Amino acid sequence: MTAPAVTRELIAEHGLDADEAALMVEILGRAPNLTELGIFSVMWSEHCSYKSSKKWLRTLPTEAPWVIRGPGENAGIVDIGDRQAAVFKMESHNHPSFIEPYQGAATGVGGILRDVFTMGARPIANLNALRFGAPAHTKTRHLVAGVVAGVGGYGNCVGVPTVGGECGFHASYDGNIVVNAMTVGVVDRDRIHYARASGPGNVVIYLGAKTGRDGIHGATMASAEFGDEVEAKRPTVQVGDPFTEKLLLEACLELMATDAVVAIQDMGAAGLTSSAFEMASRGGLGIEIDLDQVPVRETAMSAYEIMLSESQERMLMVLRPDREATARAIFAKWALDFAVIGRVTDSGRMAVRKDGMLAADLPIAPLAATAPEYDRPWTPTAPPPPAPDVPPPAHIGAALARLMASPELSAKRWVWEQYDHMVMADTVQAPGGDAAVVRVHGTNKGLALTTDCTPRYCAADPLQGGRQAVAEAWRNLTAVGARPLAITDCLNFGSPERPEIMGQFVGAIAGMAEACRALDFPVVSGNVSFYNETSGRAVQPTPTIGGVGLIEELGWMTRLALDEEGLELILIGAARGHLGASLYLRELHGIEAGPPPPVDLGEERRHGDLARDLIRRGRVRACHDVSDGGLLVAVAEMALAGGIGVTLAAPAIEAAPHAIWFGEDQGRYVLAIEESEVAAVLAACREAGVTACRLGTSGGNYLTLDGHDTISWTDLRQAHEGWLPAYMATSGRGAARN
Amino acid sequence: MNAAVIVFPGSNCERDVRVALRRGMGREPLMIWHGESELPALDLIVVPGGFSYGDYLRSGAMAAHSPIMREVVTRARAGTPTLGICNGFQILTEAGLLPGVLMRNASLKFVCRTVCLRVENGFSAFTHHYDDDEVIRVPIAHHDGNYHVGDDTLAELRDNDLVAFRYCDAAGASTDAANPNGSRDNIAGVFNRERNVLGLMPHPERLADAALGGTDGARLFDGLFAALSA
Repeated sequence: MTAPAVTRELIAEHGLDADEAALMVEILGRAPNLTELGIFSVMWSEHCSYKSSKKWLRTLPTEAPWVIRGPGENAGIVDIGDRQAAVFKMESHNHPSFIEPYQGAATGVGGILRDVFTMGARPIANLNALRFGAPAHTKTRHLVAGVVAGVGGYGNCVGVPTVGGECGFHASYDGNIVVNAMTVGVVDRDRIHYARASGPGNVVIYLGAKTGRDGIHGATMASAEFGDEVEAKRPTVQVGDPFTEKLLLEACLELMATDAVVAIQDMGAAGLTSSAFEMASRGGLGIEIDLDQVPVRETAMSAYEIMLSESQERMLMVLRPDREATARAIFAKWALDFAVIGRVTDSGRMAVRKDGMLAADLPIAPLAATAPEYDRPWTPTAPPPPAPDVPPPAHIGAALARLMASPELSAKRWVWEQYDHMVMADTVQAPGGDAAVVRVHGTNKGLALTTDCTPRYCAADPLQGGRQAVAEAWRNLTAVGARPLAITDCLNFGSPERPEIMGQFVGAIAGMAEACRALDFPVVSGNVSFYNETSGRAVQPTPTIGGVGLIEELGWMTRLALDEEGLELILIGAARGHLGASLYLRELHGIEAGPPPPVDLGEERRHGDLARDLIRRGRVRACHDVSDGGLLVAVAEMALAGGIGVTLAAPAIEAAPHAIWFGEDQGRYVLAIEESEVAAVLAACREAGVTACRLGTSGGNYLTLDGHDTISWTDLRQAHEGWLPAYMATSGRGAARN
Repeated sequence: MNAAVIVFPGSNCERDVRVALRRGMGREPLMIWHGESELPALDLIVVPGGFSYGDYLRSGAMAAHSPIMREVVTRARAGTPTLGICNGFQILTEAGLLPGVLMRNASLKFVCRTVCLRVENGFSAFTHHYDDDEVIRVPIAHHDGNYHVGDDTLAELRDNDLVAFRYCDAAGASTDAANPNGSRDNIAGVFNRERNVLGLMPHPERLADAALGGTDGARLFDGLFAALSA
């Protein structure tokens, strides 16, 4: 078999532009062969090189006294006390999940799990943030069913609980869904492993599943927008095998409990190429690989195919040479492939051999150092005009029921009941609350976990939207009593080649950076997904934030359920009646307009610190932050979770009732406290300079507003719980088959 | 009391069961790898949940033919109390220790939630810490939990009081709405004829700790300890 000649057309097909092609030739000092071209193409793809985003990602704060490792490794690491650390990251699998929802979502979960256990951490929780197209779109039902089954199918089998996330719907995702998967693990601090090769002469080991032809050029696919030929890309989607992942997880952790492993890296996007390259690059060394030693499951695979395959459940490891027998025995026990495929060198080059011939020979440092970086043109997003006024609803209770039954706010039980959220027997707060809480095994402390983003805010004003996404994650962790530690981000945007999209990206990053600084909530890992657009139509900017917080003493933890009569509800933060970019306008009036509610970061910090302090002093029986849908939705969610009614009086401000109840003013919490605590809690608020007011009392079977407007919570529950199961059960079957 | 937990490649509830046993017995159970072919003297064998060998074939079918299962079957037939939870239940039916088969859930979807069970028979080493007809809360998490038996076997199960647990509502009624997976006669767990083998789809080890929201499951392990350490 002869490889095709490397022509200008072939270079273009590999996604490299003329400047990049010239740089490639300069680095090599000659024209590349096909394998080398393939390697350059994936290493310099947007997905692997972050060439359009690097300039802006650098502006995000990444440090805090409790941060052990920020961005740049497989996952970020924070200190959680007792010489333990939490390891976490979120990643997108948008493009493959749209093309093949089950496998796309499943392998997204598999990839992020490997990023965490490759650092020596045992994964203890998965989360996922999902955004689908309009419910009426013909593909939506099929995509929801496939993605949810794929997330569950993988995580359930591996035996890591899926404890939280989000699921939203909007027409901007009709042609490009968002599937972001996050994994959180725990590791003893002295067992953290990095992906930095050292010790020339050390052997390079290939572990896990065999290499096939699946997923070749997945990274390049994720770096281009979709046209109309999406279906033709199906062969570039990888297929997951969660059973092998489980074996790989156990075998790696067993081996990493010894001192045998020098460096370890999973083969994710761009497979063997990127893992070998990155390990050598981080160690400032070279690497030699003999492709004839790579376990393959198909015959006659070329060097190009082996280097670029994205077959799943594979790892690359550098071992201490005297520990090879130990490692081999552990992998034999778990019946996994274990092959010595090369060694670390001091040449500074990546040399790849196949059939005894040199198939690729690349200098590592120049390729890494000169990886393209773009300062793409961008235009700031114009501030939106104010939202139009809307007439008040005839009945606030009925409006509430419609809002609670909307796709965005409806209960997502149909989703999370397909995920094993209890395996490992440490899930102390299951899906459905502000944040999930998972106990650190064998201790009485817990990690609070959440994912958050409000894309409609980001679309209207990326700066405020970026701030709000971070603030809401911080707020959700605070609402369960946790001390927020750090975030991972997954930035899903359209094509960076369009200045208006880059403008959204730049704005969102600026807002995130401000919020991270103000809240001492740094970014420790992340991922950028561009090109989420089809035929020029981009998704709403979706910078998903995955937040991790620590509850040092699980006795402090709060929930949102209002499950006792006679509790007093207190609102922390001011009601201002901001309806711009609200769900109320969108769901009840079909209006997507107006600026989003501004996020005052100083206020955010004061309110959250006060709420957390009250929670930790044991004064709070239930707590919920106010977000999508506003104040009345927040109270209704508390009532539904506990199965108890509430009598409410509107905060005394100059605004229409629907603006008071459904306005989405930021930085707010609803606390449920004992009546005897009211005076003391309000005094604490005054002292801290925090606006607070009494909202009402729990009891009975109805939500009663200002003495007259009522709705029974059983009716409300039906509306809230009914939408998603009914939607997934009805019609559309034909559409799914097409 | 000596207990052993059988571990297959793909098991994923062995740690949870180990914690629950330790809490009940005050000592560590043995963890036995699937490739072993012999067992020491034991008072209890537990086959835990998970996806043994990936369960890419019929759930539990591969595990039932593993080296260790020959020994488990021998011991169980000789009277050693043997508990199969979830995938463990599937494995015990595939190994012929329990009647019936666990088919794909009627919903065709994986389901994870806490359900109510009615205790049908409190006269066993496993269930004697529960009252007959008591309603307990225990989580389920499975894709293949739809228990099926033929008419004759069902009659035999009923006539000999071999149904251990049935899915029910909070008031104890075995309704269709309270049946999470389509199991025949709402059956959630069954004994063998000698009642030394129990298989059930729900996970008692997941509600054996007040921090997780309940302790109904702990009573099964406490009961075993009380019965077997006497």
